[in-house]
Amino acid sequence: MGAINIIPLFVVIPLGAAFIIALFGKFIKRFSDIAAFVTSLGLLACSGYMMMSLQNAPGKLLVYKIGGWAPPFGICLVVDGLSVFISSIISLIGFFVTVYSIAYMEKYTDKSKFFTLFFLMVCGMNGAIITGDIFNLFVFLEIASIASYALVAFGTGHEELEASFKYAIIGSVASCFIFMGIAFLYGFTSTLNMADMARVLSYKQGGMLAPFVGVLFLMGFGLKSALMPFHAWLPDAHSSAPAPVSAMLSGVLIKALGVYSILRIFFNILGATQVFLSALMFLSVVSIVIGGILSLSQWNLKRLMAYSSIGQIGYILLGIGLGTPLGIFGALFHLFNHSIMKSLLFLTAGSIDYAGGGRDLRDMSGIARKMPFTMKSNMIASMAVSGIPPFGGFFSKLIIIIACIQKGHVGYGACAVIGSILTLSAYMKAQKFAFFGDIKDSLKNIKDAPWLMKFSMGALALFCVISGLMLLPGMRIFISDAVQVVLKGTSYSSIILEAALR
Amino acid sequence: MGLYFLCIVLFCVGLYGVLRKRNIVKMIIGLAIMNYSISMFFVLLGYKFHGRAPIESQDQVITNMVDPLPQALVLTSIVIALAVMALLIAVAIRIYERYGTFDITKIKKLKG
Repeated sequence: MGAINIIPLFVVIPLGAAFIIALFGKFIKRFSDIAAFVTSLGLLACSGYMMMSLQNAPGKLLVYKIGGWAPPFGICLVVDGLSVFISSIISLIGFFVTVYSIAYMEKYTDKSKFFTLFFLMVCGMNGAIITGDIFNLFVFLEIASIASYALVAFGTGHEELEASFKYAIIGSVASCFIFMGIAFLYGFTSTLNMADMARVLSYKQGGMLAPFVGVLFLMGFGLKSALMPFHAWLPDAHSSAPAPVSAMLSGVLIKALGVYSILRIFFNILGATQVFLSALMFLSVVSIVIGGILSLSQWNLKRLMAYSSIGQIGYILLGIGLGTPLGIFGALFHLFNHSIMKSLLFLTAGSIDYAGGGRDLRDMSGIARKMPFTMKSNMIASMAVSGIPPFGGFFSKLIIIIACIQKGHVGYGACAVIGSILTLSAYMKAQKFAFFGDIKDSLKNIKDAPWLMKFSMGALALFCVISGLMLLPGMRIFISDAVQVVLKGTSYSSIILEAALR
Repeated sequence: MGLYFLCIVLFCVGLYGVLRKRNIVKMIIGLAIMNYSISMFFVLLGYKFHGRAPIESQDQVITNMVDPLPQALVLTSIVIALAVMALLIAVAIRIYERYGTFDITKIKKLKG
């Protein structure tokens, strides 16, 4: 069974698992736990196999034609360096979050419906990153978004419902803008295949079309990836959701749907002009500084982490907006690091919530003595996010700042450094109030997390520590392949069309 | 040309509904208007002059038909809009059970 035939399994496995868990989860005890574990393990194996076999493929590209129809008539699934990089992040974090939620979701009712929605979200994300057709990208984007609206409202308390409604309205308006952009592009190029669209756009003069569609897509995908000023839904949605959902949303969804789509559409289809890149850089620097400042004043632990997410997405988009190879390398490396670090932070916050500590920093103190494992994981993740030397976050932020200064934007580099200092102070505030100090009377009887949650948190903390090793020449190739895909720009389309005809 | 412009005007009407109305149900209706206006715009893009409907029939030879691809895409998009609308209305009903009002200025527990 060649590697090309494995490609649809990325969508089929989570979709099948979602429906089987929905059917049988209520009747057989423990069925949903075992099925979820097996599914996420299978996805991890698929993504690892795809990574290995991509190294041997000609041109580092695998194209699967659905139904045998050649593009531009049929939909094709294209797996290249960028897709396999992000799919490995989704599978890895999905596996650890699934193991964590087997223990955490005992406190909620209806665990089987949770896993159904969770795997629908993973199916949507996987589908969005492997597809080669722009309307297919829109459909998978909607699948993942609708599942995430329902997941945010999972607890059906006051705050969850309000946050989910706000998120759903803002996300649907974003999808309308994206659909309008797709309509204009189809009207101009009369094709929906991404590679074919790039080919047509290169010789047909569009005049004002490309900037107009670029603005529509920037609004739509900027809303999905929480760029300032489109960030308003993120603090509410990520702080009210259950902890594994927050980890998945903040760690993976805003990157797989938002940042990946910006990369794919602006670099490979429309062509990244300097005007667009400057606008992106300006908005991301505003994200970094304002996200850092706003996260300092929060007293809700998860809201603090959500505002810090906005800042870190600013770093990633700053690296992308630079457009140089070093900048995009730093941005993709920071995407990898931030997924691991932010997921670990949300999982530790969930562990405190599970033990009975609540979410408000003013109500908790001195937990370090009762929950040492959680404290150590949180300390590792906080230090990694703030950019302290041996952890991975330091290297990725350093590369982005060096790339900024190399291009001549010293002001933006200085703002990035200020953002790092603000992040450090916000997390030190969280650490001081939550963990250190004298233990409160209401918290005297709490115990540390169950072993399933400890396994996830420990494994993610280990990844935080060793992720700096991704810079070694043997491992660097995974990120370099992704950078090559982005840098090739619109000439990438001819490679895809030629590979599809084979 | 005027037809395309009218579709964009309808989109702006829907956007006004989402932005300025206080009642949650009116916001949902504004979102529905936005979705339908974009679907209509997309179908209009496929129109050809003197084209007929792209439906196969046994005895006729079809030389000019309108573009069928946007019609298929709009079918997909209507189903997606239906799913979002169903979820939003379910959330709105639960919000009414918890807060006792549909007024969005009174549903403000999350601040900061």
